[in-house]
Amino acid sequence: MFEWIISILLLIGGCFILVGSIGLVKMPDFYMRLHGPTKATTLGMASLLTAAMVFFSTTQAGLSIKEILISLFLLLTAPISGYMMIKSAIHHKLDCIERTKGIDNIEDDV
Amino acid sequence: MRLEAKYNWLPSPFLSLLLFIVWLFLNNSVSNGHIVLAIILAIIIPLATKPFRTKQPLIIKPGLAFRHLLLVLYDIITANVQVAILILGPTKKLTPGFVKVPLDLTHSMPITILASTVSLTPGTVSAEVYPWNESLTEDEEPQERFLLIHVLNLEDEQALINTIKERYEAPLKEIFQC
Repeated sequence: MFEWIISILLLIGGCFILVGSIGLVKMPDFYMRLHGPTKATTLGMASLLTAAMVFFSTTQAGLSIKEILISLFLLLTAPISGYMMIKSAIHHKLDCIERTKGIDNIEDDV
Repeated sequence: MRLEAKYNWLPSPFLSLLLFIVWLFLNNSVSNGHIVLAIILAIIIPLATKPFRTKQPLIIKPGLAFRHLLLVLYDIITANVQVAILILGPTKKLTPGFVKVPLDLTHSMPITILASTVSLTPGTVSAEVYPWNESLTEDEEPQERFLLIHVLNLEDEQALINTIKERYEAPLKEIFQC
C-alpha cells in the first residue's frame, strides 16, 4: 500500500521536474526560460520530499518530518534566486523575443 | 504598521515560533528535553540578534496570515500545473510581456513577500522594484513604487494587475496593517 503511494509521488515529482527542464530547453529567450525552474520544480521537489517522508516514516520507527523543512527552505530560496537571475539579465540588457509586450516598462539602469 | 513588539523579552514573536518549530523538526522529536531547549533558543536567539537586525513590521493578524499562506500554497500547486501545460503546449502561441504593477505597500518586508508570492504563482516572475534604492537620497521616501514582473503568457494586462492587487496585495496590507 505505502509502496504505491511512494511510487506515485516519485513519478509525479519526476514528471514536474522533467517538465521544468523541458521548459529550460524549449523556451526561446532567457526571461521565458526562467519560468520553468522557478515554478515547475517547486511542486516536483515537494512531491519527492513527501515521498521521502512517507518512506522513512513507514520503514523506520517514528515519524519523519524533517523533509517539511527542506520544502520550506526551497520555497524561500526559489523566488530569490529567480529574482537575482532576472535582475542581472535586465542589467545586461539581454535580448527578448520580438513579440514581448511592454519592453518600455523596463527603466534604464543606474 | 507596528514595529515594536508588545513585550521586550519577545522582540519578534513570529521568529521565535519559527525557531521553536525548526528546532523540533530538525531533531525529529517532541521529548521534554528538546521542548525546553527549543523554548530557550526561541527566546535567546531573537534577543541576541535584536541589535543588528533592522526592525521589521509585525504580523498584526496571525489568523489572516495563516489563511493567506494556505491560499498561496494552493495557488502554487495550480501554478505548477498551469506552467507545465504552457511549457508543453506550442511555444509560438505564447506572448510574453513585462508589466508594471503599482504598489500600495510601503515597507520593504511586505514588498519582498509580495514579490516572492508573485514569483511562485501562475506564469509570473517578479523582476524589479522601482524606483531603485540607489537612485534615492537617504531618508527620501519614493512617491510611488512599482513592481516589474515578467509574464509568460500575457493576455489581459489590466486583469492581471487587478488579480495581483486583490488576491495577494490586499491581504498583505491587512496582515501588516500598513
